[in-house]
Amino acid sequence: MTEPVLQLDGLQKNFGGLRVTDNVTLEILPGELHALIGPNGAGKTTLISQISGLLPSDGGRIFFAGRDVTRLPPDLRAHMGLARSFQITSVLPGFTALENVALAVQAHSGSSYRFFANASKERALNEPAMAALAEVGLAARADVRAAHLSHGEKRALELAIALAMQPKLLLLDEPMAGTGREETERLVAVLRRLKGRFPMLLVEHDMTAVFALADRISVLIYGRILASGSPAEVRADPQVVTAYLGEEME
Amino acid sequence: MAQATLPLSETAAKPPRRYAGLAVPILIFGVFAMVPVLAQFGTESFLLSLVGRVMIFAIAALALDLLVGYGALVSFGHAAFIGIGAYAVGILSKHGVEEAMISLPVALAASALFAWLTGIVCLRTRGVYFIMITLAFGQMAFFTASSLAPYGGDDGLTIASRNTLFGVPLLENDRFFYYLIFTCMLGTYLLCRAIVNSRFGRVFRGAMENETRMATLGFEVYRFRLAAYVIAGAIGGMSGFLLANATEFVSPAYMSWQRSGELLIMVILGGIGTLNGAIVGTAAFLLLEEWLSGLTEHWKMIFGPFLVLMVLFLRGGLSGLADRIFGSRSRD
Repeated sequence: MTEPVLQLDGLQKNFGGLRVTDNVTLEILPGELHALIGPNGAGKTTLISQISGLLPSDGGRIFFAGRDVTRLPPDLRAHMGLARSFQITSVLPGFTALENVALAVQAHSGSSYRFFANASKERALNEPAMAALAEVGLAARADVRAAHLSHGEKRALELAIALAMQPKLLLLDEPMAGTGREETERLVAVLRRLKGRFPMLLVEHDMTAVFALADRISVLIYGRILASGSPAEVRADPQVVTAYLGEEME
Repeated sequence: MAQATLPLSETAAKPPRRYAGLAVPILIFGVFAMVPVLAQFGTESFLLSLVGRVMIFAIAALALDLLVGYGALVSFGHAAFIGIGAYAVGILSKHGVEEAMISLPVALAASALFAWLTGIVCLRTRGVYFIMITLAFGQMAFFTASSLAPYGGDDGLTIASRNTLFGVPLLENDRFFYYLIFTCMLGTYLLCRAIVNSRFGRVFRGAMENETRMATLGFEVYRFRLAAYVIAGAIGGMSGFLLANATEFVSPAYMSWQRSGELLIMVILGGIGTLNGAIVGTAAFLLLEEWLSGLTEHWKMIFGPFLVLMVLFLRGGLSGLADRIFGSRSRD
């Protein structure tokens, strides 16, 4: 049996009296694209933030790459190979697309305490960064400031940044959020190409995309995992249909 | 709502002008280098000491711009570093040590140490709290200096003579001293430029734009900020070393909060986050102050409103104005 890349064991999170993450147990296997779906306010982003370390957990444990990372700060988790993209675009607006990605490369290659050499001339940074941009179809926009990119391009840039970290696990928080149909299709195509190369935990509202991409799906409702299984199993689950999918899937 | 991708022309409109960024610094440093040549025809010693003073404060302003303009760390206690550097010269001199090769390293080390110790605390805070706590540490240094009775206390400390360089009293020569300050300013400028464009600088600048993103990339931004703070502190110490030698006097007033405020105004006046602006802003501030105070005793009545108007109407400071006139680059 293969060791899971990520294992959540009875994870908890309370905001005051509100239980946002309620005893979540979840496993992500190597090479798997695991989708996390659920209605607004189900606690999906909270869960992602707990996994990436931006929010501390109130109970339970997180194992990543065989290590207990429950109390590790986000920068150390990132160093271990945990990359996340944000639901609300979170790139460096004043940096060009290439610089954004080169910074991710730099985070994982060599020292950042170099004070003299011009970083923009370093091939060791620029070449992997260009490769990651090409992967998401942004190569032609490398020298454009992130602030000037279209929304869909920013979403793609988020992906490129995550890829450049050479992750052991990609946490994708609604990578398609707010994109138009064409751009969604492009991003789905990118994800399909990446599938199998990196294990991914994908939070997404676009059910067409989720059912087209996912190997397994977990449904989160009120902070609780309601069901977990293959797309076909989840679609057939009567509980899930009443609670979330409803007539949307009819 | 399919958003069309931006037309390519917008990005292609900027051809890579490799040397475009060099024109302004060459002009600035060219003017400073020529001052002694031109000064021969006027009141030489007055001009050299006035412009030398501009360059000394420009060095400190460059370091401050590194923090404010590239890290959004608005330090309101930057004068403390100048004061510490100056007191290092004064105190050593009082004990008979007048060699620059000793007092300069001591000035750098003392101000760097102060930056490190206070930075550990200050950099845990953000925004207004950072401003207040750097101000508090600055005041602490000020009152400490005021209470140094053996070294003049409130009245300050007169230095018998300028430091020697390798045992030779070279700094007594006004021209030599001027070009020494010039070299220090040029060195500081090149160092700050290199830092901004380096790997370190990218992380430091990235932390200003989006701290959460930097953390999820794997950077502990606090350490990078602390390193930058120590570098800026040491540069401030160098400025203090030069100031003590220029005036042959040190006083707690060097580290007053008004002085820290003036440094911030110099940087803002010149345009933050440009480095060129720190030098131009310092020159504009000090020369205007000199000129106006010669015109009338009530010069602050003119100077104050002038600064307010500059900040209100001159977005991006003097270097922003220069950009608009010459169209050298667009700011956004």
